[in-house]
Amino acid sequence: MAFKQTQFSVMLFGLEKLLKLTAKKHPAYANRLKEKNLIAQIKLRDNTQGRYFIFQDGSVSSVTGIHPNPDISMAFDNASLAARLLKPNRDMLEFISALKSFQVELVGPDELTIWFSETLGMMMTVGLEYGIDVGDGIKRYTNNTNGGPVFVYVKDGKIIRITPIEFDDNDAMPWTIQARGKTFTPPRKTTVNQHTLAWKSMIYSPDRLLYPLKRVDFDPHGERNCQNRGISGYERISWDEALDIVVSEIKRMKKDYGPGAIMNGSGSHHTWGALGYWLSSRIRFFNTIGWTSVEHNPDSWEGWYWGAAHHWGQSARNGGGETYNTVEDCLKHCEMVVFWSSDPEATSGVYAAHEGTIRRQWLKELGIKMVHIDPYYNHTAALFGGKWIAPKPGTDSAMILGIAYVWITENLYDQEYVAQRTVGFDKWQDYILGKEDGIAKTPEWQESETGVPAKDIRALAREWGTKKTYLASGGVIGFGGACRTATGIDWARGMVLLMAMQGLGKPGINMGGMQQGTPVDTRFYFPGYAEGGLSGDYMGTAAGIQMYQRMPSLPSMNTVYQSIPRLKIPEAIMNGECEGYPTNPTTIEGQFLGYKYPSPGHSKVKMYYKYGGSHFGTMVDTNRYVKMYRTNDLEFVVNQSIWFEGEAKFADIILPACTNFERWDIGEFANCGGYIQHAFTQCNHRVAVMQHKCIEPLGESKSDYQIFSELSKRLGSGAPFSEGNTELDWCKRYFDATDLTKELSWKQFIKKGYYVLPAPSEAKRDPVSYRWFAEGRQKDTPELTPLPGDYSNGWKNGLQTQTGKLEFESSSLKRYDPDDQERPPILKYIPQWEGPHTEELFEKYPLQLISPHPRYTFHTQSDGKNSSINEIKDHRVLIEGYYYWIVRINPEDAGQRGIRENDLVKVFNDRGAVICAAQLTERIRPGSVHSYESSAIYDPLGEPGKSADRGGCINQLTPSRMMIKKSHAGACNSCLVQIKKWGGEESIL
Amino acid sequence: MKKWHLIIDVEKCEDCNNCFLACKDEHIGNEWPGYTLPQPRFGQRWMNIMRTERGQYPLIDVAYRPTTCMQCDDALCVQASDGAITKRADGIVLIDSLKAKGKKELVNACPYQMIWWNEEEDVPQKCTLCAHLLDQGWKQPRCVQVCPTGALQAVSAEDADLQYMVREESLEVLHPEFNTRPSVYYKNMHRFEKEFIAGSVAVQKGELIDCAESVAVKLLKGNEIIGETITDNFGDFKIDQLTKNSGEYTVEIYSPGVKIKSLPVDLKNSVNLGVILFED
Repeated sequence: MAFKQTQFSVMLFGLEKLLKLTAKKHPAYANRLKEKNLIAQIKLRDNTQGRYFIFQDGSVSSVTGIHPNPDISMAFDNASLAARLLKPNRDMLEFISALKSFQVELVGPDELTIWFSETLGMMMTVGLEYGIDVGDGIKRYTNNTNGGPVFVYVKDGKIIRITPIEFDDNDAMPWTIQARGKTFTPPRKTTVNQHTLAWKSMIYSPDRLLYPLKRVDFDPHGERNCQNRGISGYERISWDEALDIVVSEIKRMKKDYGPGAIMNGSGSHHTWGALGYWLSSRIRFFNTIGWTSVEHNPDSWEGWYWGAAHHWGQSARNGGGETYNTVEDCLKHCEMVVFWSSDPEATSGVYAAHEGTIRRQWLKELGIKMVHIDPYYNHTAALFGGKWIAPKPGTDSAMILGIAYVWITENLYDQEYVAQRTVGFDKWQDYILGKEDGIAKTPEWQESETGVPAKDIRALAREWGTKKTYLASGGVIGFGGACRTATGIDWARGMVLLMAMQGLGKPGINMGGMQQGTPVDTRFYFPGYAEGGLSGDYMGTAAGIQMYQRMPSLPSMNTVYQSIPRLKIPEAIMNGECEGYPTNPTTIEGQFLGYKYPSPGHSKVKMYYKYGGSHFGTMVDTNRYVKMYRTNDLEFVVNQSIWFEGEAKFADIILPACTNFERWDIGEFANCGGYIQHAFTQCNHRVAVMQHKCIEPLGESKSDYQIFSELSKRLGSGAPFSEGNTELDWCKRYFDATDLTKELSWKQFIKKGYYVLPAPSEAKRDPVSYRWFAEGRQKDTPELTPLPGDYSNGWKNGLQTQTGKLEFESSSLKRYDPDDQERPPILKYIPQWEGPHTEELFEKYPLQLISPHPRYTFHTQSDGKNSSINEIKDHRVLIEGYYYWIVRINPEDAGQRGIRENDLVKVFNDRGAVICAAQLTERIRPGSVHSYESSAIYDPLGEPGKSADRGGCINQLTPSRMMIKKSHAGACNSCLVQIKKWGGEESIL
Repeated sequence: MKKWHLIIDVEKCEDCNNCFLACKDEHIGNEWPGYTLPQPRFGQRWMNIMRTERGQYPLIDVAYRPTTCMQCDDALCVQASDGAITKRADGIVLIDSLKAKGKKELVNACPYQMIWWNEEEDVPQKCTLCAHLLDQGWKQPRCVQVCPTGALQAVSAEDADLQYMVREESLEVLHPEFNTRPSVYYKNMHRFEKEFIAGSVAVQKGELIDCAESVAVKLLKGNEIIGETITDNFGDFKIDQLTKNSGEYTVEIYSPGVKIKSLPVDLKNSVNLGVILFED
């Protein structure tokens, strides 16, 4: 026998011993072996060599040779390959390649093959030690949330405490910035968000779904009673029954209707972690069955994606800006920061807890002035002070023109920069000066639109034009409530154009409000969630750029070329057709490729598999979604959710998912990747976290991965879904794909649970955003985008725009539709389609409602469900035993309506009504009202979709009209309402 | 002997509620024997954040005052408790759950209203300053650990050192008239307790109205000048630290050196006088 054959033989012989030894050492493994009885054959494909393993009542034995009728069989093409792939630390790329080339095959029922693969893998993981013993029977684990990484203290299988991470002596030291004679360095700990501190109350919430549910009057073989969704109750069923119903419906859809009949959608956010996030396990599973995807509008970016990208490119960031090393530049050189529709103290940028707060305190310490432009005196303004300028919602673009007018007429802009680095200024200047339409866009002119005195705009423009100024537009660059008005496109591009006039990229002149751009190590590779986790989907996620090579896996692609724009799901279902424009960030023109639903030759959607319950609280004009659920057009609705809330209550079958504290995962603080590349520059430290399984899943709930794995085994696609790996196996594969392997071992990482990346030396810090552009050099910031083909003058030369310059007149819009009255190639003031100019409507509904992203919750996550967040005074108000959502109204408007503090009021328009508690506050300008989006509770007083809601889903009131026709963009902040004292009625009007 | 104190900076509190939630995380569902029974799921605010707004649109400010057990040296609750509430040598006031059982009247013993009634357990409860953690070597209570701005600080100090801090940083106690000698001190309390007079000065130059920068503003009480400032580039001014309901004042506006306006103010609460326009 040749050496390789001998080696294979020995390994097979040794495998039996190893299985026995592991079972002897680890009771958990011995129990695992008791789960199944089977005969597993491992052999060469030509049957020239092999050994079969007999698993019987927990004991293992093996016999050399070929069994005539094994339950499962693992066949290798040759002994040499087999020897290499059976090694404990096999080369994953070789293993995957062998699978793809059918050099190794696993044959048998999924239930047994997957069990066998997992069992072999568990020999590597069963003995792993994790967590730190802190005495008194308490173990300290680590986990990660949408608001920062945490220590989790567990005693007797129960979480007792969740805290931020305080670094120990072995963790890396942070960076230091010297500026204006002072030294700034962040504390050695992570910060947390409010919703992070509420997690324990959410894990042990009475609204947790603890077992599968079936709507009582839903019979998959008889009357489905779709009209009763949201009305009738639920009964507990077994996992087997639930999975069987879902599987048989999936099969029925595929057989009876064909590709496209199954739609899946998620919320924009999920519980943190590379495996659990909505771009990971979920996509991998649905790719194994083929699905009509719900295309997300770029909801937090809107105006930036549909507008700003046409003037400065940055399509890969949905039109947002570069974010490199601006913290140091700002501290050293900047003289004023203008926060425009920017409230990072409320929104934490995104995912970044309170990391930016201390840096803004440094601004104050240095005496750097701050200005806040927002209809609401927001929390950043309240904490740091500075001039508050409050335009009427949706009129910001008029203010932009008024500022530019002052700069032009008083020569307060960087003429040299405009001449060298921009194009199209003359045309815009003509429009501003009134040469095009006879109206000079003076500060007095803007006053008639914005309601902000001309004198204030002149003072602002003069100061801005003479001081080195940072512009914080949105909590992170590319967000901001103003980008979600009917004029969001114009506000966002206006932000870019104002900076183009002031010399974007010069020292002290840039974008940001100290929220992004810390000097952390951007070159160290650890992926963000948008890189697809374990999805293997290099088309539908950003996995193709790095992760697909670094973490080889079987390919995963959706075979159904049909999408539905998320904001038009109700129309697609109820009208059977709709059209949309894609969120395609690869190039500026991606968004022009309009599409129709249904796709040619595809089935209409008949089944909706919804992930979570958020849409009623987070989309626009959401009574549409309620009505949709109650039609026969959706034959089957399944919702996989952690809590019984929102639209989860409109499903036929509910599958209970567990939280990330009850499963394994891995992830980095605030690293989402994708559209916010290097999002971790919001943090003071990069912290990679092993997300320990801290406790067992509550009740019968399972991780999303487990649920998908169970379904896929029943569907016969277990192998392509899981590749025979457990979640912990995937964590290891993920770890191996990162640069962490060069710093510490898997064992060390899983034990301690986190790793703080050392900050780079001063000499290795990233160049400042756009400095290269301002100085006419090649791009030197560490971004792979734009893609090479999108440069007009060669790779890294200039911006992504056709001219490579900042474009006051957009080349792409001129090329696409120069006559589009809604989005002309230059920024003009176009009054919003719902606002003070829509006179008839305005007379009926005279209050402008803004509904920004919430402060205390992460969208619907941590609202409702008896979470401790509900007790925050500025979140909900307890009135007569019910926690009401809050609407904020100026005392002047309240007085006219006889409304006093904490009165229950009805906020309403033709689209719906929400009962809220009134908060009288001078923080909102008269004529406008403020109420956050994202109630998790939908609680209609009468018929769902047609009566007032006292849960607080303020998005029932917001318009479903697209920002512009040629977009898939919501404009929730252009919304007219009326408010009156509530008399207890159910009706909307 | 060092004693524990909280130093609370009203100006740095942004109502993030991390302190409030960390307290809930630590005490709901957890019993800390010898310190406190679990906090009920709803209803108690061991850390109670109070809000106030001053002024009128658009010249306003907002302040928050975290309020908690004052760990008083002369605590009225201790006096009223018949031994059920004691002050430890390190300054922390604790309720003995066994001895205090059924004593609902103790809720009213605290003039700061920082004792809460636990209906289910039939005991009064309050902030323990996370003594169970401090005794294990934690450096700070949960609320302080999660404060992102430094608005909350826990200080363990000798009396003399603390008094030095009080003088140096102008610390105050809440309601000194209660005479309970609190161990919790506040900074920038004026943001919550005092009033301001603000306005925007503008100048008419022909057709245009502009903000009047660097205009001197004086505040008089009778004939005495009690406050002076100059307007910023938006023409805005604000004179702070005035007493609520303190009666008649006169605001005088000077451009350069010449009195151009004189406005009477009857101060109740903080007031934005609006735009004060003069001709160039």
